[in-house]
Amino acid sequence: MKARLSLLLGSLGAALVAFALAAPRVVAADKVDPAADAKAFQNFFFQKFPNVKHEDFVNGPYSMNEDMKRQWQEKEEFPPYEFALDAGKEMFATPFKNGKTYADCFPNGGIGIRQNYPYFDTKEGKVVTLELALNRCREANGEAPYSYVKDEMASLTAYMAFTSRGKPMDIKIPDDPRALAAFENGKRYFYTRRGQMNFSCASCHVQSPGERIRAEILAPALGILNAMPIYRSEWSGMGTTSRRFVTCNSQTRAVPLEPQSDEYRDVEYFLSYVANGLPISGPGARP
Amino acid sequence: MASSIRVRANANGDITEVQALIQHPMDTGLVKDAKGELIPAHFIQELKFECNGKDVFVANWGTAVSKDPYVKFSFKGAKKGDDLKISWTDNKGGSDTTTAKIS
Amino acid sequence: MTTTTGPHPTRRLILQGAASVALIGLGNLPFAAGPARAAANDKYPEEAFKQKSEADAIKALYGKTAEPSDKVKLDAPEIAENGGVVPVSVTTTLDKVTSISFFVAENPFALAASYKIPDGTIPGVANRLKMAKTTNVVAIVEADGKLFSATKEVKVTVGGCGG
Repeated sequence: MKARLSLLLGSLGAALVAFALAAPRVVAADKVDPAADAKAFQNFFFQKFPNVKHEDFVNGPYSMNEDMKRQWQEKEEFPPYEFALDAGKEMFATPFKNGKTYADCFPNGGIGIRQNYPYFDTKEGKVVTLELALNRCREANGEAPYSYVKDEMASLTAYMAFTSRGKPMDIKIPDDPRALAAFENGKRYFYTRRGQMNFSCASCHVQSPGERIRAEILAPALGILNAMPIYRSEWSGMGTTSRRFVTCNSQTRAVPLEPQSDEYRDVEYFLSYVANGLPISGPGARP
Repeated sequence: MASSIRVRANANGDITEVQALIQHPMDTGLVKDAKGELIPAHFIQELKFECNGKDVFVANWGTAVSKDPYVKFSFKGAKKGDDLKISWTDNKGGSDTTTAKIS
Repeated sequence: MTTTTGPHPTRRLILQGAASVALIGLGNLPFAAGPARAAANDKYPEEAFKQKSEADAIKALYGKTAEPSDKVKLDAPEIAENGGVVPVSVTTTLDKVTSISFFVAENPFALAASYKIPDGTIPGVANRLKMAKTTNVVAIVEADGKLFSATKEVKVTVGGCGG
């Protein structure tokens, strides 16, 4: 009896020790494991839409509906973002007053690097998006920053996306607790319900892609940022990732944040990371 | 200043396919701006394509043509290297012209 | 007092402006209906573009009516992804085509676009049109002096929060 008890206690103790050893890692992995999250996120969409080619998710609602896809292909023959793209190319090549150019601010002269944004800046301890990096580049060169939502910013990012088309999204999460926290914070924002309609980003873009909300077909969240910036017919013009977030919030009757606020940057980090491996398709055209 | 006209003209045998996209607001005159005031109608009325001294396509447009209008057509009798002249005029007297090489 | 009267002159001006435009439009109507106008004319068909109904616009543009023909192939979406940009195209197997026109039946002004097709140009055109609401798109092909039409209903829904 005694022996059995001590054996039991012993094994219990061993189990406790084992648990204590394993626990912090298990708990941590359970909490923040971006790689596992990305895998689960992608698999969810791949299983929900077995007939959609993986690389097609970046085409948003057009990957979900044939009639819409045809209209899009018709539009793509001479896409509505063409003027913004040309303007962006010209702006990109035009030197600032000090003679430097955007190319001086970016790796590889800014060409073919869209897929690496946003990145986590370990010095600053924050997420840096392409839009933010472009305005910082301007300010560092004595130029006034642009509006984050459209016009020049959309043109510049359109050109930078265009030079990166087809490259797989490649977002890194460095071994830094602040980077993991940013990812986690973005994920939390994405799944949190808010606003008068009590919608989260996921209510529409994870639960209901391909379905109509009123007349429009919802885009899947997977790869949704790969197409940015976009020309939306509804806007009669171009919009950036910032604009997309702001309008998403306001359309669900929630209070939008300031473009490039920490939370939006974190959402962009989360959404881009879980789309790793899917091609850049921007600039895009949307209804 | 960049041209308001983008053209692609590709000859394939005797047939040249032309696509054009023009930067223009095509305001209907029925829409109000943010201050509640009507934006006056402003739209392209005529768009003309000329090749080898001959009109090959003429568009007459009203306000129901989409913003940044697009048009596609094909014609015979041109070859690679020929000039295609495109010009438009709008209801406010605005206009633009460009010449594209058929490729 | 001044604050309340302030906006009035502007509003009245706009109203007067609208009224005079309407009067000019009405004043011209009888003349427009008079002579038959062929789309092959070189002049911009201003009157036709001012007509509200499809029938009046066709009359003002061509001075005659069209008959449906399966030789006119009209391609338009079932449901427009956005009423502001509806891709619409026409091809035809008819001979001696001189013009192709597009009408959107319930737009404020029915005639959307009219294209002259000179000799040597393939009778077909693709363009993008605005549609105010769900209605018929009508394409008319003028061939050998006669008018042939094709009609398709396109559903238009107002933009919301898709994409």
